[in-house]
Amino acid sequence: MLAPFEYHRPESLAEAAALLRALGPEAAVYAGGTELLPLMKDGLIEASALIDIKAIPGLGGIARGRDSALRIGPLTTHRAIERSPLVREHLPELAALEANVANVRVRAAGTIGGNLCFAEPHSDPATLLVALDARFTLVSVEGVREIAAEDFFTGLLETARRPDELLADIQIPAPAPGSGVAYERFKTHERPSASVAAVIRLDDGAVADCRVVVGSVGVRPLRMGRAESLLNGARPSDDAIAEAAEAIRAEVAPTEDAFESTDYKRQLAATLGRRAIAAALARAGGESDHDR
Amino acid sequence: MTVEAPAASGVARLPLRLTLNGQLVEIEIATNELLLDVVRDRLALTGTKRSCDVQVCGACTMLLDGRPVSSCCTLALEADGRAIETIEGMAGPDGLHPIQQAFIDNVAVQCGFCTPGFVLTTKALLADNPRPMRAEIEHALTGNLCRCTGYWNILSAVEDAAGRMAEDDGEGRGARDDG
Repeated sequence: MLAPFEYHRPESLAEAAALLRALGPEAAVYAGGTELLPLMKDGLIEASALIDIKAIPGLGGIARGRDSALRIGPLTTHRAIERSPLVREHLPELAALEANVANVRVRAAGTIGGNLCFAEPHSDPATLLVALDARFTLVSVEGVREIAAEDFFTGLLETARRPDELLADIQIPAPAPGSGVAYERFKTHERPSASVAAVIRLDDGAVADCRVVVGSVGVRPLRMGRAESLLNGARPSDDAIAEAAEAIRAEVAPTEDAFESTDYKRQLAATLGRRAIAAALARAGGESDHDR
Repeated sequence: MTVEAPAASGVARLPLRLTLNGQLVEIEIATNELLLDVVRDRLALTGTKRSCDVQVCGACTMLLDGRPVSSCCTLALEADGRAIETIEGMAGPDGLHPIQQAFIDNVAVQCGFCTPGFVLTTKALLADNPRPMRAEIEHALTGNLCRCTGYWNILSAVEDAAGRMAEDDGEGRGARDDG
């Protein structure tokens, strides 16, 4: 049994924003409940009110947005993303990622918006969306603002979303022509122990642009600036990939916890980094003869 | 819609109208009641089990409009206007559902505690994918834990059930029921 709470089911974004402002930080936004309810049951989150956003039109669905971006409504479930023909065609790595989030029940109920706003450090979509330079739209009574995924995740279970703001839209830019996208993870239970996303663009056989992001091992998805610098301008080779992977090993900031040692997390990040970079390069059309 | 908590009890209540195993049920619930508790303790269907209580093990699986959910972490109010299926709804007038029979015939049950969740998850899988590959069965059942059987017989039971339901399809039984 959960502690008592008021239950609100607004039918418009404006109504939801007004409620969020009026009820203050004690109110929790409620959608799939897969992140929120277990913590409420344990008493780790005490919410005086739940604001159920599932009756608000326009917060679900998947479409092509501006500049061929993929637009995913925050109420879209993991299952819907996994099975979306649009996602499978334009961002198959995201569909594959979503097909392996938690389990079938969580995927049927849990939403991508809830997953992102919760900012659990082991979130799969968060890591890939930072690498893809996704943009999130936040709505409040004061108006609308857009924020880059990279700036959205600020710490352990912490985001740049103010308590009175609602995540209203997720835009994932289409990777530039010549880009390869890869996501690699290792997990032995529901959430990954380590994950690495790489988005790499090749131009004339050399890396023109890249983003490498490590998730799960630290408090938030983190771009690997040193690995990216090493890759930029490089021609794909096993040596270049190995050098970037070693940079990841040094650069990650693993959290100390009871599950895995920090050395082990560095090892996982370096290995997954090597695989993700190699896969992204191969998909970008490079000639890496890596041993995936 | 807003349901404010009355000062006296501190808990807001609302009417719930759902289809449970094909039958219309109307019951007043509290906003903070979980689906598992309403079905087990108030509607007296105890085939659904509580185990891990954190949506990992699958013992509390129910089908909500045909999709498996963890009823231990689902608010009962989510069932309003929707269809819930529990293990009690699987058998028909002619006897056990082919999935249930396949679990028995393949000795996919030992203590039986996890079995209702496996059977319902299997039903949802076969509705989506009537002839899954072994790897697809493993993937679909990853979120159901069994501490007795070692899973092998469960996987065989699902393959067997898929075969039986494909054979039965002409007679209408076991046909895909949620598109």
